[in-house]
Amino acid sequence: MTGGLQGPDPEERQQATGRRNSQGIRIDPDVEAEPAERREVLSALVDHEPGVLSEVAGLFARRQFNIESLTVGPTTDEGMARMTIVVREPGPGVEQAKRQLRKLAPVHSVSELSGAVERELALIKVEDDDPAGVAAVAEMYGGEAVEAGPEVVTVELTGSEEAVDAAIAAFERFGVREVARTGTAALAGGTQETRESND
Amino acid sequence: MSETESETRTAERAVQTGAEAAISALEDAGVEVGFGVQGGAIMPVYDALGQSDIRHVTMAHEQGAAHAADAYGIVTGEPGLCLATSGPGATNLVTGLADADMDSDPMVALTGQVPTDMVGNDAFQETDTTGVTTPITKTNYFATDAGTVGDTVRDAVAAASEGRQGPTLVDLPKDVTQAETATSPSHEPETKPTPEAPAEAVDEAARAFAAAEKPVILAGGGVIKGEATPELRQFAVDHGVPVVTTMPGVGAFDETHPLALGMAGMHGTGPANMALTHCDFMLAVGTRFDDRLTGGVETFAPAARIAHIDIDASEVSKNVHADYPLIGDASAVLHQLDSAVPRSPDAADWQAQCETWEREYPMDYDAPEDEPVKPQFVVEAVDEATAGDTVVTTGVGQHQMWAVQYWTFTEPRTWVSSHGLGTMGYGLPAAIGAKVAAPEREVVSFEGDGSFLMTCQELSVAVREELDITVFVLNNEAIGMVRQWQDAFFEGRRTASEYPWGPDFATVAEAFGAAGFTIDTYDDVADTVEAAREYDGPSVVDCRIDPREDVYPMVPSGGDNGAFALREEHL
Ligand SMILES: Cc1ncc(C[n+]2csc(CCOP(=O)(O)OP(=O)(O)O)c2C)c(N)n1
Repeated sequence: MTGGLQGPDPEERQQATGRRNSQGIRIDPDVEAEPAERREVLSALVDHEPGVLSEVAGLFARRQFNIESLTVGPTTDEGMARMTIVVREPGPGVEQAKRQLRKLAPVHSVSELSGAVERELALIKVEDDDPAGVAAVAEMYGGEAVEAGPEVVTVELTGSEEAVDAAIAAFERFGVREVARTGTAALAGGTQETRESND
Repeated sequence: MSETESETRTAERAVQTGAEAAISALEDAGVEVGFGVQGGAIMPVYDALGQSDIRHVTMAHEQGAAHAADAYGIVTGEPGLCLATSGPGATNLVTGLADADMDSDPMVALTGQVPTDMVGNDAFQETDTTGVTTPITKTNYFATDAGTVGDTVRDAVAAASEGRQGPTLVDLPKDVTQAETATSPSHEPETKPTPEAPAEAVDEAARAFAAAEKPVILAGGGVIKGEATPELRQFAVDHGVPVVTTMPGVGAFDETHPLALGMAGMHGTGPANMALTHCDFMLAVGTRFDDRLTGGVETFAPAARIAHIDIDASEVSKNVHADYPLIGDASAVLHQLDSAVPRSPDAADWQAQCETWEREYPMDYDAPEDEPVKPQFVVEAVDEATAGDTVVTTGVGQHQMWAVQYWTFTEPRTWVSSHGLGTMGYGLPAAIGAKVAAPEREVVSFEGDGSFLMTCQELSVAVREELDITVFVLNNEAIGMVRQWQDAFFEGRRTASEYPWGPDFATVAEAFGAAGFTIDTYDDVADTVEAAREYDGPSVVDCRIDPREDVYPMVPSGGDNGAFALREEHL
């Protein structure tokens, strides 16, 4: 171990002022402020081709963005599919996810849908010991029984993610056997088109 | 071309195989050279290549083909081409693709694939090549039919060079390349306008720059890739701003210029790291703020407002927040910024401070006559002996750092190294690619004994192609960078890092038909460097250097750039 160099020791050097947080943002050194997580709905128009879903999913996995749900389906344009991706990230993470997504060749546009129309569909298979009770809860959440078997009834309902959570919680008292949820689908409100966002 | 001639040509093209369509697309895109290895699924492509004007350089290993193509891309600025067969041929390209992806080097890979109807059946030599390479290419394509394969190849070449450059790959099933097609390439690749940054953003950044008292420019590899070297130099000189480079940015600014502070980061110079740590304004151009540059982000340029020019929006504020994001082409935005700057910053004191740091932290080394040769001495001797446009390639490790620290770079596209991926074995195939790209320029490679052992079979290619390259193996009988970290951070336990069993590299060179030389003492250096350079063909110099030598300065991973260690006791 030779090869040392001459010069002032680290402690003798002029000290830097200021600090950044782990996101690389300059901060007041006295306040430890890490940006809070937020839930954001992203909508991407992508080529309707094999492999695109895995490319997008792979990007999110590789770069460690937290996805809550991801849905994909056809649009009015035959060549395009729409992906709705719910992410939970601090602000800079949401921005980064959008930018990385925009770089993928099959991705045509990405928008952030705050104030959007958001819906999710759920199928909930409930024990059928109390048919009247199940029917009442289903009605309360705007669902309906789509299949009634010997022991169980399957209820279909749509709503916001929170509404679906609440409905499932309400069914718990009868006993919930299985649940299948689609994840959120969303569109921009009103006449606004769900394409490039305005950021 | 006369009308009848061009008609015959169109007629000839009217029916062609998918392979021929792919090769004509390459020719139309101006591709002149390809590096690769033959194999079953790519044979139709090779057959068409053999009948074209494109020169093919057969490599010993596909990894070598990818690195050669990568270096060709760095030296010329145009995408380098590599070819491989399906399965192991394609997977052997993986390291080279990942390397090019990290460093945004323009490159196109063509891989053979099993016939379409066998895909998914685990056929002989089948690998899901597009699946494997999705995360390590800018974009990749699976060719579906002979009629469109020409367009696909054209798109792949265009995508490799436009915007932020990078590697692209086209996977070519054998039935697609063998099928005949009547369609000739249908569309011209779109030429996109050079993107400028929004005027308002430029004005804001310009005002902040003018008000700075301690401004610094951080020049990244994007300056060179974006051909913005002249604009950057002009801007720095006009406004009197000290310039620091990243490792890929080496060559973006003439290191002999008084404003040059050298490379920053883990093994950067004292003045460069001090200037980054204490600046109040940073103009960062074409850099992705890699952790080897920033150290811990908490302590990176903690007082600086940062203006970041980059062609890739996803790099801005990814690792370090940009107060003034300037998304666009580097030279276009530097022009914009220059016109918008109301006045140069008043930074005389700051310049004086930077000069003081340059005096306080010289890059130096002791070279006692009675001890083994210091690697830095060899680097300096070769630098002195060669011209300013000499291309330097390296492997990865201590020798790479000594090469970048002790060579004085003055020109862009002369420093060819594996930055982001840190790929041992890069140097020799890169020297081959660089020499093929620039036969009129001198090409030297600095290697570690460990790095050289990884790809030295490519010497056979340099001999066959009569490539006059000179390889200096800075032989410390160890994978020295690992040994250095073991000594510093693992209490000196040298698990698997000592290589006293390495071969005699001069003999290895001779076995391949190259010239071999050895340097044992300081007295050997000048004459041996001369003899190796004068040898007309590839030569290898086994430089038996001081095995105890370490690389300094050093900022440990995640550390504070301003607290760089100058010697072991600082760590
Ligand atoms: C392919 C690969 N494997 C392992 C490493 C880890 N590594 C980084 S530097 C280094 C030492 C390289 O040794 P050598 O080429 O002899 O160069 P030296 O450091 O001795 O100059 C190693 C093993 C790497 N960078 N690349």
